[in-house]
Amino acid sequence: MGTNLSVGMAKDTEMDDLLREFLTESNESLAKLDVELVQFEQNPNDEGLLSNIFRLVHTIKGTCGFLGLPRLASVAHASENVLGKIRDGELKVSPAAISSVLESIDKIKHLLEVLEETEAEPEGTDQDLIDRLNAIAEGKDVTPAGNDTPQAEIVAAPPPAAATGSLFDQLGGEAAISTAVDIFYDKVTKDEKLLPFFEGVDMERLRNMQRAFLTMALGGENTYSGRDLRGAHAGLVAKGLKDIHFDRVMTALRQTLSELGIGEDLMIEVLTVAERTRKDVLGLGAPAEPMPAAAPKAEAAKPAAAKSPALAPKAAKPKAAARTPAEPEVASQDSTSKESAIANQSIRVNVGLLENLMNLVSELVLTRNALLQMVRGQSDSELNVPLQRLSQTTSELQEGVMKTRMQPIGSAWNKLPRIVRDLSMDLGKKIDLQMHGADTELDRQVLELIKDPLTHMVRNSGDHGLEATADRVAAGKPETGTITLNAYHEGGHIIIEVSDDGRGINIEKVKAKALKNGLATEAELEAMPDLQVQQFIFKAGFSTAETVTSVSGRGVGMDVVRTNIERIGGTIELKSVEGRGTTFIIKIPLTLAIVSALIVSCSGERFAVPQISVVELVRASDNSDHAIEQINGAPVLRLRETLLPLVSLRRLLGLESAKGGADIAPNSEKEGLILVMNVGASTFGIVVDKVYDTEEIVVKPVAPILRDISLYSGNTILGDGSVVMILDPNGIAAKVGESRIAEGEGADHLVGQVGQHDERMALLVFRAQSTEPKAVPLSLVARLEEIEVSKIERSGGVPVVQYRGQLMPLLSVSTEVCLKTEGRQPVVVFTDENHSMGLVVDEIVDIVDDRLKIELSAQRPGILGSAIIDGRATEVIDAGYYVSLSQNDRQGAAKQEPFGSINGNRTVLLVDDSPFFRNLLTPLLSVAGYKVTTVDSADEALSVLQDGGHFDVIISDIEMPGMNGYEFAQAIRSDERWGKLPLVALSSHATPADMARGRQAGFDDYVPKFDRDAILNSLSETLLAVRGAA
Amino acid sequence: MSAQTAKRENGQNLGREGLREFVTVTIHGQVFGIPVLQVQDVLGPQKINRIPLAPAEVAGSLNLRGRIVTAIDVRRRLGLPPYEGQEGGMSVVVEHNTELYSLIIDEVGEVLRLPVSDFERNPANLDPLWRDVTAGIYQLDGKLMVVLDIDRLLVFGKAAEAA
Repeated sequence: MGTNLSVGMAKDTEMDDLLREFLTESNESLAKLDVELVQFEQNPNDEGLLSNIFRLVHTIKGTCGFLGLPRLASVAHASENVLGKIRDGELKVSPAAISSVLESIDKIKHLLEVLEETEAEPEGTDQDLIDRLNAIAEGKDVTPAGNDTPQAEIVAAPPPAAATGSLFDQLGGEAAISTAVDIFYDKVTKDEKLLPFFEGVDMERLRNMQRAFLTMALGGENTYSGRDLRGAHAGLVAKGLKDIHFDRVMTALRQTLSELGIGEDLMIEVLTVAERTRKDVLGLGAPAEPMPAAAPKAEAAKPAAAKSPALAPKAAKPKAAARTPAEPEVASQDSTSKESAIANQSIRVNVGLLENLMNLVSELVLTRNALLQMVRGQSDSELNVPLQRLSQTTSELQEGVMKTRMQPIGSAWNKLPRIVRDLSMDLGKKIDLQMHGADTELDRQVLELIKDPLTHMVRNSGDHGLEATADRVAAGKPETGTITLNAYHEGGHIIIEVSDDGRGINIEKVKAKALKNGLATEAELEAMPDLQVQQFIFKAGFSTAETVTSVSGRGVGMDVVRTNIERIGGTIELKSVEGRGTTFIIKIPLTLAIVSALIVSCSGERFAVPQISVVELVRASDNSDHAIEQINGAPVLRLRETLLPLVSLRRLLGLESAKGGADIAPNSEKEGLILVMNVGASTFGIVVDKVYDTEEIVVKPVAPILRDISLYSGNTILGDGSVVMILDPNGIAAKVGESRIAEGEGADHLVGQVGQHDERMALLVFRAQSTEPKAVPLSLVARLEEIEVSKIERSGGVPVVQYRGQLMPLLSVSTEVCLKTEGRQPVVVFTDENHSMGLVVDEIVDIVDDRLKIELSAQRPGILGSAIIDGRATEVIDAGYYVSLSQNDRQGAAKQEPFGSINGNRTVLLVDDSPFFRNLLTPLLSVAGYKVTTVDSADEALSVLQDGGHFDVIISDIEMPGMNGYEFAQAIRSDERWGKLPLVALSSHATPADMARGRQAGFDDYVPKFDRDAILNSLSETLLAVRGAA
Repeated sequence: MSAQTAKRENGQNLGREGLREFVTVTIHGQVFGIPVLQVQDVLGPQKINRIPLAPAEVAGSLNLRGRIVTAIDVRRRLGLPPYEGQEGGMSVVVEHNTELYSLIIDEVGEVLRLPVSDFERNPANLDPLWRDVTAGIYQLDGKLMVVLDIDRLLVFGKAAEAA
């Protein structure tokens, strides 16, 4: 707990141990209380929860009493009262009641803080709060903030009356206690084993003290003064009090209670209170001088035993002195065994010590690895057996030490339900907080550091992210807003997501704000992708601006959050869709960790790959099932039903130039071992030369000079003493994406020299119905499947197959569907949003990379025309046609508007010089519910507009003969008649620089040409944005 | 000149605070001085593991008694041609911002104690690259010793751009 850690060493020794323990314990209890109270408010019928809460409050109160902290005790008492009434069913759970109890918890926390600093309760009174609690206990309706006088009477009334719900009252009040004490003392003084402890004790005074103590401990009036008794118990122990004696006292107490006819439940509670002091009493037997502070706590436990010495300090002393040297050891031995039963079995250790231990273990692991390396291969070495043991012990030790540093992230989330609840009350919003992955463990130091940023973000989400209830209803959302926390491990990192389903970030407003704060110029903003604009909320200027909360929805202190996260080497990202919500993704590295890694080599250099990201290993060669294929220079592997993008480690690291030598097979681009990696959402393969074994490695951070190489997450020393770099799967995943764009670009440059009209692309060549090959752009193909003929069924005359939980219609290039009669039927699967269709083919011929130049256009539906592909005349299939056909086949499907009703009457002007794309996109857009008008040049588009054509959105190609897309966009933007029309650019050049240029020219969005989903999403989002802004 | 006093064992009468100690190293025939307080270790030829994609000045990394040390090719850093010698060069391990770096040089010489008063600034016509990574000059008997500024020497690549 924070409190514990914040207590410095110097203070530790000064502050009395008992008080310190009390503080720690209470803080832990309070943290639990926060959570449980909020849960309880939601489930008022959960009796288990209530009694737990009651017990926690009660413990705090009781302990405060021992320590002579009247102010704390009275606040705790009042709230216990309310809880008691609730438990007894006299009071209903109401937000007001819970709020007041929570308020009292806060007050207690505050008092504890002061106590920790000054070791004394602050001056002042909490009468106001107590009055309110009492009023609630009386069943009066009280608003949490308000305070009226009538309640004061109750407070003035004698405490016992007010303490209705407490143990004290349940036991039967003062009279009962008195009787109990009498009976109890009768018993203990008759016990010959205990008798010696009462020698010379003033029994009358003892009984009085006992009464006072019990009254207080059980929740009655506090007339007992714990501090007076400090030191008393030391004498008791000095007399030789041991566990057995304590047991006897407990037995006596139990008998007393049962003779009095106290119910089982109640008895257990009383005994628990008593038992709790056992270790305090016995602990005094330690050779050290009696701790003055420790004494008071002892009273609680053993009324009889504890009290007696208190009364007789003088009388006891001579004897104590005589016995102390002989007995303490025995006493402490006895006590340790029993103590564990009650005390929670944990010790608090300085973090520095753990840190040190961790470093030592790391060194040990390295040494162990080195030893293992040395004896490897010598099967007869006499070292083998002891080394095996050493190895195992080291692993266990390492695991153990690691565990000591790990804490579930849930402990950082404890406060959140309470915060959200308060927020919800304050703001009048209904907020549901969902927490997933609370048991995800992370280094405790990291945990401490992210606690505050997380709290801040959750508060932000509730405050600014979620709309007011009325607005939510108006927006057609559920009344209750949801804030979701999600934590999980991902390849050496911990990902924490904080998301809300609120209003999202309004890009335009953020832009305006950025402009106003001088963070960017208008031109820069225009050129920026939305994602980049959103990042402005992390800028310092955004946190203090007065209008930000109402404007952007966010921004208060996000710069601080980011700084804190980056300080521990983490990153924070933001995703927001206006109207739908915002998600923050925090990624925190495990800075110091021992991980299991796969050692691989490439061009003779070795590297470590964290095993957690490696899904499987595949050996690829031309004559095996798995062959590396190339699509436009990009290596891919067909692995089961997915197409796995590959990245060559050699190329990635630029290794080939360094060692053009012997061990690289000439066909190394075709062969190799592939590590199939799974990083976040992406799956890809890394091609390496060799894979050695796995090794436990200690991740050490790389030198600062190397820190900006994103491909490495650290380095380590292997068993043979060599240093290797640890590859960062996340960094590689990012590179895989980049290289894809880069490859595309490269290809386009090639095309550029040949002619602007020709698009070079990967094409799937297949045969169907005729010997003439047919082709379709590979980017449109979702998957290639082979379906068992026996699995093909018929539905409404159409052949269908059950595919991924849906019925997938099978179509053929001609109207007759000719299926194979046996074996497996190859099918090309096209997927559109929610459903798939299969195009039945005879045979998949090849994937080729060629320019697609349609020479002859066909009038046949479903065929765009013919082109020369791979040297042969090939028919190019219109995938869009088949997709729309399959949807029309589906009953009612034609009426579906995949992207929501807003597309229904939307008109689109499509500007593209390539007939192929016009033909490809038109059906696609029509299916999505747009009305499409196509033109083949920018000039023509302008003239259509001049002629009064009205469109909701324009989609334009960039590379066009005559006026190109950028010029076209500028022309559109400069004319006020349609200057506001949304413009979406379509291009095969989708590098960030191109996108920036496109935005600068006036395009609202910029999407890659072959990405159907991106085009559709972009259209609907662009239209949505326009509509939202209007 | 006072250079005569510069030799080791000389200048005892100057009092310790007036002296600076340097480890001398030779690179490409030129004598350099590295402040002795920054030197952690002197190593013979080491097995160095290459680090792909690292700046050219980084020769790789090596394992120094369980610590990973980044090896810097000082010749490269100083714009000198690669080492032609028979055996791999020696290394001087220095500490910079709590990280260890192994500076690969040709040869290690002796430790010199030189009076602060003899320290001179770099001549104006010194190559800008050198001027950037050196602190100044000492005139020794028959040769000049250039004092390396380790902190500057270890800033290059992206870090230098950012600075």
